[in-house]
Amino acid sequence: MLNYFSDNQDLQFTLKNLELAEISAMLEDNYRKAEKYEAAPEDFQDALDNYERSLKVIGEIAAERIEARSREVDLNGAKFKDGKVTYNPLTVQNLEDLTKAGLMGVMLGHEYGGLNFPVSVYTMMTEIVSRADASLQNIFGLQDIAETINFFGNDEQKAHYLPLFAAGKVDGAMDLTEPDYGSDLQSVRLRAYQDENGQWYLNGMKRFITNGCAKVHLVLARSEEGTTDGRGLSMFICEACPQLVVRRIEDKMGIHGVATCELQFNDVPAQLCGKRRLGLIRYVMSLMNGARVAISAQAVGIAEAAFRQARKYASEREQFKRSIDKFPAIYSMLSSMKVRLTAARALLYETTRVVDLRNAYTHIVEHGTPTDEQRAKQKYYTKLAAQLTPMCKALATESANSIAYDAIQIHGGTGYMRDFNAERYYRDARITNIYEGTTQLQVVAAIGGVVQRDADTRIKELFSTMVPYELAELKDKLAGLHAKQLEAVKFVSEKRTDDGAKDTAYHDLMARNLVEMETYIFVGLLLLRDGAACPERAPIAERYILDAIPEFERRFAVVTSGDSQLIKNHRDIIDY
Amino acid sequence: MFCAFLLIKHGGNPVSFHLLVFVKQVPDTQNITGDAMTPEGTVNRAALPAIFNPEDLNALELALQLKDRYQAHVTVATMGMPAAAEVLRQSLYRGADRGVLITDRALAGADTLATSYTLSCVAKKLGGIDLVLCGRQAIDGDTAQVGPQIAEKLHIPQICYVEEVRSMEPGRIVARRAIEGGYEVLSSPLPALLTVIDANEPRPVNVKRMMKYKRARTPGEIDAAAKKGEIADAEACKAELKARGLLLDEFSAADIDALPNRIGFPGSPTKVKQVMSVVLTAGEAKTVSADAAGIAGLMHELISDHTLG
Repeated sequence: MLNYFSDNQDLQFTLKNLELAEISAMLEDNYRKAEKYEAAPEDFQDALDNYERSLKVIGEIAAERIEARSREVDLNGAKFKDGKVTYNPLTVQNLEDLTKAGLMGVMLGHEYGGLNFPVSVYTMMTEIVSRADASLQNIFGLQDIAETINFFGNDEQKAHYLPLFAAGKVDGAMDLTEPDYGSDLQSVRLRAYQDENGQWYLNGMKRFITNGCAKVHLVLARSEEGTTDGRGLSMFICEACPQLVVRRIEDKMGIHGVATCELQFNDVPAQLCGKRRLGLIRYVMSLMNGARVAISAQAVGIAEAAFRQARKYASEREQFKRSIDKFPAIYSMLSSMKVRLTAARALLYETTRVVDLRNAYTHIVEHGTPTDEQRAKQKYYTKLAAQLTPMCKALATESANSIAYDAIQIHGGTGYMRDFNAERYYRDARITNIYEGTTQLQVVAAIGGVVQRDADTRIKELFSTMVPYELAELKDKLAGLHAKQLEAVKFVSEKRTDDGAKDTAYHDLMARNLVEMETYIFVGLLLLRDGAACPERAPIAERYILDAIPEFERRFAVVTSGDSQLIKNHRDIIDY
Repeated sequence: MFCAFLLIKHGGNPVSFHLLVFVKQVPDTQNITGDAMTPEGTVNRAALPAIFNPEDLNALELALQLKDRYQAHVTVATMGMPAAAEVLRQSLYRGADRGVLITDRALAGADTLATSYTLSCVAKKLGGIDLVLCGRQAIDGDTAQVGPQIAEKLHIPQICYVEEVRSMEPGRIVARRAIEGGYEVLSSPLPALLTVIDANEPRPVNVKRMMKYKRARTPGEIDAAAKKGEIADAEACKAELKARGLLLDEFSAADIDALPNRIGFPGSPTKVKQVMSVVLTAGEAKTVSADAAGIAGLMHELISDHTLG
């Protein structure tokens, strides 16, 4: 039996070394839930055993069933006819298999029929599904919607919707983007109004809605008449009904298996979810951050598939009487792909671990009687998650693109043809660094934390990891980069324009460089930690750090050059 | 024709069936590695992973589909070593209601005759069974004899090579079975036995059920763990698992009232004369001219060596 968990050493290593004990104990209320729920674990070993077994179950479903159906799903994706969206029957079968396996409420609590697993384990599942069929992850990954209702909905909403999600009886969609507002969500116009009885209705348009044909929708709408910014927006729950019309679906480059819909709301009855005016600033930001982790996992899954296909092809394809992976030009590409893949995964699961801790401490702060220490931890993990999530999405999705690109290159002409999956991975990867916020927006989200040095506590912790003698020099090199990073941040923060004001244009122009420099250091430390824990991983850590140094130095030189010519003359260049 | 022990008791509920699925743990002969055979030519069970016999999973799936469609109770039973309890757990993960292990040193060495006798004793012991389901055949022996022999010993009708059940009602089942070049639909009184082929897609393991039933153990497994010092008090452990519905049933030969001379080695008339390790090689090729004389010559040759006729 093929299995996408059992065949993946890196993922297995990650599960074992992720230190989920604290998170698991908090989720299971120090394992007191086992007294009430027969599927709840009795201790951490039991919980870890559940995680591992479940990953094997989904690993087998992905490898044996979903992968086998993925080609047909790509060739004959979602269809739209007479106002109705239909999925390929194989996509429907995939969802049935995942439902029968009990995997549609992975993070929901036992009381709702869910598995009560941490985000970290759910994310591994989304990665595994994506490796088999990236488009399926867009439906499977919408479990974040149930999670959002769980966080912010009232008891009635939770009791009604969450068991339906957990049993796979309803699916979800998050309706944010509008024809005129994508990245600029605070300008959303879809109108929410109340009748004399207090019943809410929604009116307007949404566009690019993944799985917009879903039964349950979370909708961002303007509930406060006369407002124009994010503080006039609230979040609503509505259900598929005749007043909610799918106008068309998009003809996309990739992820063909899932429908991307344009929706028209004609006075759709809806319920308010959470408090008025917090729709964007609180709930959607939380929802989007969850979705950004899921898309990072989708990217890592596609990258894993692309890398494996390239490695297999390169070992079988012979030219000049040798398999092509014997040539430096090819093995250097394969090594680099593997290092980038491992780097993306390392940051992904460091991020999910922090997200899990943030969620657990937030739950205590909001629903319990927190100690000062717990309050401090909640603050700390919230800040760290806010920096790592966009950093992770930028790295994982950009890496997936470059890995899928290289995978085609290694195939040569064959890779350009539809006969191999390489071109599908390339098409599917291309959306990951666009939706749920482009890489450019991830930089905007991450730069504040980089400048404020929000990750320095964690960086210090990672520097304190003991490493074997052979890796000590690499650690010193990273320490050197970190010192330079502080210098670069200081340079940008203190830079002034000619008239003495803070140079925000330069700050924005250099933001991507600074975020990438931060990523090199942070990921370098993660890989070094893993190399110290497992000698077989040391060459990957070494390669990553040695390759990162010149990349870092180039960006450092640019940032500290103070070159602001482009701010002045970019129009001359663009418009020539 | 029906034995008293198989009388159907439906009580107040018009559609409630008791289904019994016989399953087997087998060495994975489909993914053979180099050391799959011993030098003596027998299967090296230690080198092959033990798996759920594939067509038995199809039989279980069919039973679970019937459970989904009608109200049915699904018992899964297997004869084997203590380790075969794993296929019972795998069945519980997928939706079975009860697991029964039949294990006894006296059962060792059973051929299909002794096996089918033993399993028929299990069906009698359990009683009240409406439908017995078996996979068509196991991948280690490939005889396809055990299912039909059980039906004979229970004196109940059998439908072999079943692809799907069209309908089931108290006292009657309509099933579609594969035949050469097509299929036929048969109606049979209940109780009956079906052997099931690879015509459905077995459902995956349900994670939530797995998280519960991974703790299910047979009394023998608990005793073995106590012997190794892994648990302190075997009896307390059994009592606790029983209270939580996690104690699997375990039957010995005596428990199912099996006659000692009809089980295991004594009950197995099959004698293995010789085990050969067959290596398929291409022999000499012969060209036959494509004319009447060539074809007539070939026909003559095939008839004379009894390949034809």
